[in-house]
Amino acid sequence: MKESSLPADNLNRTVDLAEARSRHNLGARRFVIACLVMGLGLLASVALATGIGRMDVGWSAIAAVVLGKLGFHTGAVDRTTEVVIWGIRLSRVVLSGLVGAALATAGVIFQGLLLNPLADPFTLGVSTGAAFGVALLVMLGVGGSFLGLSPLPLGALAGAMGAMAAVMVLSRESGRIRKETLILAGIVVSTFLAALISLIKSLDEESLSAIVFWIMGSFSGRGWIHVGFLLPYLAAGLALGAVYHRELDIMALGEEQSHHLGVAVSAVRLKLLLGASLLTAGAVSVSGVIGFVGLVVPHLVRVLAGPSHGRLLALSAATGALILIWADVLARTLLSSGQELPVGVVSALLGGPFFFYLLKSRRSRGMW
Amino acid sequence: MIRVEALELGYEDRLVLADLNFQVDRGEFLGILGPNGSGKSTLLNALSGLLPPQKGRIIVKSEPLKGLPSRLRAQILAVVPQSTDVRFPFSCLEIVLMGRYPHRRRLGTLTDADLVWALKSMRRTTTTHLKERPIIEISGGECQRVVMARALAQDPEILLLDEATSSLDVRKKLEIFELLKFLSDTRGLTVLCAMHDLNLAALYCGRLMFIKAGRIVVDGPTDQVFTPAILSEVYETPMEVVRHPGHQRPYAVMLPLSPGTWEDEAGVEPLEAAQS
Repeated sequence: MKESSLPADNLNRTVDLAEARSRHNLGARRFVIACLVMGLGLLASVALATGIGRMDVGWSAIAAVVLGKLGFHTGAVDRTTEVVIWGIRLSRVVLSGLVGAALATAGVIFQGLLLNPLADPFTLGVSTGAAFGVALLVMLGVGGSFLGLSPLPLGALAGAMGAMAAVMVLSRESGRIRKETLILAGIVVSTFLAALISLIKSLDEESLSAIVFWIMGSFSGRGWIHVGFLLPYLAAGLALGAVYHRELDIMALGEEQSHHLGVAVSAVRLKLLLGASLLTAGAVSVSGVIGFVGLVVPHLVRVLAGPSHGRLLALSAATGALILIWADVLARTLLSSGQELPVGVVSALLGGPFFFYLLKSRRSRGMW
Repeated sequence: MIRVEALELGYEDRLVLADLNFQVDRGEFLGILGPNGSGKSTLLNALSGLLPPQKGRIIVKSEPLKGLPSRLRAQILAVVPQSTDVRFPFSCLEIVLMGRYPHRRRLGTLTDADLVWALKSMRRTTTTHLKERPIIEISGGECQRVVMARALAQDPEILLLDEATSSLDVRKKLEIFELLKFLSDTRGLTVLCAMHDLNLAALYCGRLMFIKAGRIVVDGPTDQVFTPAILSEVYETPMEVVRHPGHQRPYAVMLPLSPGTWEDEAGVEPLEAAQS
């Protein structure tokens, strides 16, 4: 049997190529459109979320303040309104968006790399690790800022990496990460670290409120300086994802196949785990532990955009930002007394049922 | 193409294969045969660079395999594993395009050459109709062919197959082996194929290597080594080898095991009956 006599698919070669190419281009166009829609949605959400709050500020005032900060000369807005809009609300909205983007991106990387749809910074114990790092620094009294830089994100990073390493060691069996034990190991590590945080809490009454903040997750009292803390971490993590998205696609098939296809598995995995830990550490160091965003968002986006990681990363970052912006709006407006809920509570209330659904539906399809 | 020198393979403290010395030239079609657990997969894992040798070395195209950068290695060597477990719903075309990874630039776009290779490989493995289907929804046999297409899309010089047609029906098996033979004869593709199907091996492989108990028992041209004596010894099973009157290739016929294989158990049964 010669090649020509192999069962033919009856398709002309050039037609085949043209069709595949046009399909590919169609996918790319859809992705660009999706990005534009998400971008507009984000802008609108930032504006809307800035307008919502106890003090009614009015849209024209928001526009005037933002344009004024951008260097355009506009009509005067009274000082209090300006502080509320710029110093309190907008910075907080932007920060919640960035944290959402960081957590969702970290979730995408963890899920792809560890072949586990339940992996996310929270379930892997990485978030709690970061919170532990921060709590330790707070207890030791090194929480202050130094030339505008705070050591807290570094503490968070060390904690995140430590927890990640512990989880990997616990779930590794004869050189392979066992997907069944991965989340279990995450829970063990995270429970242990949460207990340590509680211990620190009871040893050091003074830092109590600060430490509660790290465990519960909140944007209360956060401002532009925290946006500044997070940005380098977010940029580094996103850049890593952008550069290695094709490797992520392949690594989602497992270590052996990645090796056969020419991926330098250990080096790439190390870089990506570091990137995801950076994202988590940055997020936790400004907002504390916020669960479920990194778990839910990649799943939602995968259903709509497919499993390819280039698109998944970009759209998950945008979706994560959207979700956390609105979760924070809920957190600060839900209680009629004017008190705030920790945003971690809102995200858990929204994400918990989804987690439940995931556990029930995917297991029957043999996803893990 | 591949040269193996004084190779010893194993896992931690367990030695699986020892004293391996052989060479496979360009365009050869080598079948690796042996009983379960004889080390066929271990050998292929070592040749693909997955399992570092405990002793000795592997030379690929006059370069030590160990020193080859991963992408370069994947341009030369492609592997079709026995089973593929994919948990994310990539389309089959996306899976096949992953075979182009070693040839693509890091941030480069998808070129026509990549697409042509992917489509050609899918046509060769008769998987074109699966292009847009999610890999997690197709059957085991279809999946094996898609993974075969991915390996071919790597445009390799050496192809390693580990029981790579085990889930295929007779017709599909023959189609794949015809294709491999064609590529080996006309394009100089070197094929190393671990398999259990003796007759398939005799039909297509020009050279056979029998492995047993951690050693190479015999390695030579199919016509010389596919004999009743060697087969019976390797598989501890009485075998006869017959030449097909039409194509003149040898094929093996297994004979029933000698009576008494279950004799021991016959004596045990009354005891079991008494217990229950």
